[in-house]
Amino acid sequence: MATPVTMPQLGESVTEGTITRWLKAEGDEVALDEPLAEVDTDKVNAELPSPFAGTVEKLLVSEGTTVDVGTEIALVAGEESPATEAPPKENTAAEPPTEEFPAAGTEAQPAAGGERQRAVAGTRGSRSGGNGRGTVEDAQTLRLARSSPVVRRLAAEHGVDIREVPGSGVGGRVTKKDIEGHIEQKERAPAGLQEERETFEPPETAASPERLPVHEGDRILDLTPMRRAIAGRMSLSKREAPHAWTMVEADVTGLAALREREKGAFMEREGVKLTYLPFIVRAVVESLKENPILNSVWDGDRIVLRKRINIGVAVDLEEALIVPVIPDADELNVTGLARRIDAVVKRARGSQLSPSDVSGGTFTVNNPGALGSVVSTPIINHPQAAILSAEAVVKRPVVVDDAIAIRSMMNLEVSFDHRILDGGVALRFLNAVKRRLEEYTPESGGS
Amino acid sequence: MAEKNLLQAIHDGLAEEMRSDESVMILGEDVGRAGGVFRVTQGLQEEFGPERVLDTPLAESLIVGSAIGLSVNGMRPVAEIQFADFIPPAFDQIVNEAAKFYYRSNGAWTVPITIRAPYGVVPGGALYHSQSIEAWFCNTPGLKVVAPTFPADAKAMLKSAIRDPNPVLFLEHKRTYRLIKEDVPEDGHEVPLNKARVHREGGDITVVSYGLMLYTALEVAGKLSEELGIETEVVEPRTLYPMDRETILNSVKKTGKLLVISEANITGSVSGEIAAIVSQEAFEWLDAPVIRLGAPDVPAAAFAKPMMDFFVPSAEKIEAAMLELARY
Repeated sequence: MATPVTMPQLGESVTEGTITRWLKAEGDEVALDEPLAEVDTDKVNAELPSPFAGTVEKLLVSEGTTVDVGTEIALVAGEESPATEAPPKENTAAEPPTEEFPAAGTEAQPAAGGERQRAVAGTRGSRSGGNGRGTVEDAQTLRLARSSPVVRRLAAEHGVDIREVPGSGVGGRVTKKDIEGHIEQKERAPAGLQEERETFEPPETAASPERLPVHEGDRILDLTPMRRAIAGRMSLSKREAPHAWTMVEADVTGLAALREREKGAFMEREGVKLTYLPFIVRAVVESLKENPILNSVWDGDRIVLRKRINIGVAVDLEEALIVPVIPDADELNVTGLARRIDAVVKRARGSQLSPSDVSGGTFTVNNPGALGSVVSTPIINHPQAAILSAEAVVKRPVVVDDAIAIRSMMNLEVSFDHRILDGGVALRFLNAVKRRLEEYTPESGGS
Repeated sequence: MAEKNLLQAIHDGLAEEMRSDESVMILGEDVGRAGGVFRVTQGLQEEFGPERVLDTPLAESLIVGSAIGLSVNGMRPVAEIQFADFIPPAFDQIVNEAAKFYYRSNGAWTVPITIRAPYGVVPGGALYHSQSIEAWFCNTPGLKVVAPTFPADAKAMLKSAIRDPNPVLFLEHKRTYRLIKEDVPEDGHEVPLNKARVHREGGDITVVSYGLMLYTALEVAGKLSEELGIETEVVEPRTLYPMDRETILNSVKKTGKLLVISEANITGSVSGEIAAIVSQEAFEWLDAPVIRLGAPDVPAAAFAKPMMDFFVPSAEKIEAAMLELARY
């Protein structure tokens, strides 16, 4: 069986080479390292040594032709025993390799029993590799088997023959991601739940849905990528997480007075509007520390409690909603939060958010109160454990010490994933937020 | 909380420690009346007097030697070496005396001194105002070598350094003094001397860096994320010796790929130590060779700007190395 010889990379940044002259004709014997052709590149003119000994079976490229590095230019049939013939190349590998892969520079390994052992032998073989000379492995096979330590370890652990894995790295190298993907596919396939969990699209947006009748005058809006993403995320959350919801009322008269008193000076000092949101986020962050279960995610068959507190803040764009994240919000005070929120909201409105601005959230704060809402039932930002909604501050008559008083009231609600936590802890959290917001007085220190 | 640059943060850290602890003092060249060549100690002599903010002769060995003597007599001196390039005269005091005093006295004496030294390339700095000297000290047990990059970290770590019972070499990158600004907490913010910091999380490659190079690496990481979706985990050791290996190893075990960037001459650098730790302890997680980027092995950053620019790993070189790793 013949093995292809490929155009080598003759120098850094060289991407192609020209066969100026063949030094061997079809049928000629060629020794290891014996010049096979003269090659011209924009950097060097060189003789191409044969990577192995054998008989030139076919010249695939005519003289004067320029080909990319890696292109097969000739086939050389090995002169050694058939046992060391190269296995089929990956792109022709419709049938699985039948040969045991021999260690470079050693005799072919005896065929071991069982798929796993064979794969391990194959990967181990390349580890004890020798210098590779004097064998008839083609360069690509060697490269695929001479994989990085992590790829070899994963191959051994999962009984994978590295040559079966399509490589996306430099020169077709199998990368860690390639083999992880391969293993995942392989281990998932038999169970037959291939498409589960992968799909973030709601069923109704899947290919060729059954259409509703469209009447005269109706308008059709094509989904923007953002609308599609929102639809997917919301459907996923409602499908996956059993939502439960609860609400408390907070008397924020003190906070409202504080804000009223400070907002002018704050604007002047910080250049940022003083809203209720940073106070709410601050109260949420502190209350999350007391109730860490709300700062967690559902992970299949376990719950992961997040150490960092990264608060997503829902921002209403005109036709969409986006949730930029304030990382490590627990390291910021109210002023810091006000500035960070302002900056991130401005970036969101200016479509300048980077992917890192919207990733890594561990808990989400929704602020429909800014739009006048007094009650809402938010959808959890999956896979987070919960989401808090803060409603509009409105003056209402309330009973204080058996007398009716006019107080500034705010409804606080939390939707939570009932798989992760129950109403008791949700209310402990909500009451902690409420208590913190109620503690403010007009005399509370700013910052 | 107010936005501060690195200079202001270090100034504030010094002032706050001096206010809260009478044994804290500063000594060095031009630190008193002149307020320091970078204005780090401006106003401190007025506030604390010439004995707690002490101008010394141009004699680095004396500065550190005096600090050691003061420290074993109950003071907590912060010695300033005006430029890290001038630290060699004090080498013996630091390495043979300060670092070994506790050991030599069988635990009887600690040497709680902090030695501040501005390092790194600045335009026009050339031979004597550009060097990165951390590797000289990063194999001296008994000494801690700290090199924070961001103002909030620097302030908190300076306080930790002053309170630490061991001698701490505190390195400040000159080029970042006014370049990097951020909100610096007023009080109570604490950063220990043994924890690395993960600046951004990512699953594709790990970059470990400090100083100006960290700042550049973070910008490139943001760009690659935005343009190509390559997610880089950027880790800052913060303390170079002894180093928080665990954070670095955890990151490399996740990504399988490591680029170490510093401005120091590459041979024998701290970067080499990081590469060695990773190849030894995370070998079976590696998916690519560990790459180091650093200054070439030439005596110093040149005065001529084009040559200086070549000396320091540029954003372009950093990007190319990150891409090479990501694609490997």
